[in-house]
Amino acid sequence: MSALPWWRDRRRLGWLIQLAVGLVVLLAIALLLGNLERNLTRAGLRLSFTWLNDPAGFDIAETLLPYTAQSSYAMGLLAGFVNTLRVVVVGLVLATVLGVASGAASLSRNPLLAGVMRTYVEVVRNVPLLLQLVFWYFAVFLALPAAAEALRLPGLTLAKSGVFLGPVSLVNGELSGGWRLSLELAALLTGLVVYSGAFIAEVVRGGIISVPRGQWEAAASLGLKPTTTLREVVLPQALRVIVPGLNSQYISLAKNSSLAVAIGYPDLYAVAETTLNQTGRGIEVFLILLTVYLGLDLGISLLMNRLAHLVRIRER
Amino acid sequence: MRRLIQRLLPAVAAAALLPLAGCGGGDTGIGAGRLAAIKARGQLICGVDGKLPGFSYQDQGNYVGIDVDVCRALAAALFNDPNKVEFRELTSSERFTALASGEIDVLSRNTTYTLSRDASGGNGLDFGPTIYFDGQGVMVPRASGITSLKGLAGKTICVENGTTTELNLADRFREQAIPYTPVKYQTGDQTYGAYLQGRCAAVTSDRSQLAAKKTSFPDPEAHVLLPEVLSKEPLGPVTVNNDSALADALRWVVFATMQAEESGITSANLKEKLAFARANPNQADLRRFLGVEGEFGKQLGLPADFVPRVLTAVGNYGEMFERNVGQQSKLKLDRGLNRSYRQGGLIYSPPFR
Repeated sequence: MSALPWWRDRRRLGWLIQLAVGLVVLLAIALLLGNLERNLTRAGLRLSFTWLNDPAGFDIAETLLPYTAQSSYAMGLLAGFVNTLRVVVVGLVLATVLGVASGAASLSRNPLLAGVMRTYVEVVRNVPLLLQLVFWYFAVFLALPAAAEALRLPGLTLAKSGVFLGPVSLVNGELSGGWRLSLELAALLTGLVVYSGAFIAEVVRGGIISVPRGQWEAAASLGLKPTTTLREVVLPQALRVIVPGLNSQYISLAKNSSLAVAIGYPDLYAVAETTLNQTGRGIEVFLILLTVYLGLDLGISLLMNRLAHLVRIRER
Repeated sequence: MRRLIQRLLPAVAAAALLPLAGCGGGDTGIGAGRLAAIKARGQLICGVDGKLPGFSYQDQGNYVGIDVDVCRALAAALFNDPNKVEFRELTSSERFTALASGEIDVLSRNTTYTLSRDASGGNGLDFGPTIYFDGQGVMVPRASGITSLKGLAGKTICVENGTTTELNLADRFREQAIPYTPVKYQTGDQTYGAYLQGRCAAVTSDRSQLAAKKTSFPDPEAHVLLPEVLSKEPLGPVTVNNDSALADALRWVVFATMQAEESGITSANLKEKLAFARANPNQADLRRFLGVEGEFGKQLGLPADFVPRVLTAVGNYGEMFERNVGQQSKLKLDRGLNRSYRQGGLIYSPPFR
């Protein structure tokens, strides 16, 4: 121990300040918890999770798990979570493809292509996502024709009964075959991908611009084509700027997927809302929701940080 | 340094846990004393649907409907002014949270009275008298040619999230082994919007609600209700558990409108009846009911003349029904189960004694 008095010992003072701040935070949390406890007691409620094993009693429109109305609430929430995961995983991949393509294209020397991409980014970035989802669902997908007059594109059939990937046939006025996506899932995916794609495009554009012009010129002087330059010289260097930006876009996409409830897709939040209503277990349901979304986002962050570590520039 | 932390830690922990231990604290407005809080505020805060013709919706900027009238009746009883109500529009998923958190005083939003909603181990609510005995129905486009539940096998059905309807649908279709796909929306607007756009072969809800929503469709005649009634749906106002003062005041304000119909008192002949009661000391029942004598108002924490106030504001139950959902409204619903018990219905007020 030094002979310095504690108020002049910078190290000790630092500790004390930390301690004081920690104390205040702890007190605030305790106050909130105490308040919660008191109000719950007054309302005759007690935290409990045993209801998770009770039969849920409601149906879920689409699920990848063997869920029925007799399954437990826990199973229902899990089915909802799998539905969320499905949207997030597919959405991440598609949004990345769209974002990278449009980000690179917005720097194109073709003014038409660059102009179209800039317009896309600016329009989509500046309209609220909820509005876009409702637009995609009610104005685009619900306006699709009936099965008999389905919109047939190569490998893709669009009708009121769903979006079908692969070959389909019309039997008794119903479409069958192929891989069917419900309109809710299709609208949610489209909305999320178009929206996140615009943000990712900006991240990618920023990343490419951050690579010094000299790199382009050097590659050109070696006789590389512009596309080869982009792929082999610029993008690898741009990635270290792009990846951290992508990380936050991915996290946003995962969180935004909870807007599914507005267009009837049974994601985790939608199932949780029904559960909350049937059981009255507001606090427990929200604790579960918070934990799951936090876990999902931390998971994405962790993977992206690993990726950022891989693409960092290695000094020689 | 480490010793310092070691010495401080228990103190910190104790300090942090102190608020948890000492559970005194002031009243937050949730639970006991809500009636007093409403009186002090000078205004009632009422949760309603707001988009359901006949029950609660806005007509030229004013809320009208039978659910709205329950709120207005309570406001009239408390403040002698049916307009001292602030209405908050809630979706079916939001309603119980809004009530439990104290954002609203009374929930009057075509809410079905069920065991799990009433029980303190469930939603922990307190139900007022049922003001509309309803049942769940299913509506389909007339052109679809579907005439019974069986015709919906393999079809998609639109339903609102967080309703008893959602559960009944699952139960009835499972019983009869009819496969179906539910598509659930957060609000009525989305549910009926998607149905009208052809997303679903049918939409299901309380029969009164289907009839009400139908009136706002572009072509009401193009839709029909299937004959099956899927469930019992007694609808009524709700308050939070463990607050008897407010629950009792609400309960007896609603019963007053029912008793008035039984006794033949309407908003039109109220003045006459009052004068008659004042002039005839031997009319004990009528005098007590109208607050000419006795302490009914005081016992409930309401003014002595709360019944005349309520009747002036909204009329008796029959008037409320006919004006909002009955023959004088667009809905033209039959009174059916909602007739007074004297006409073979279920509307019955316990005695004002």
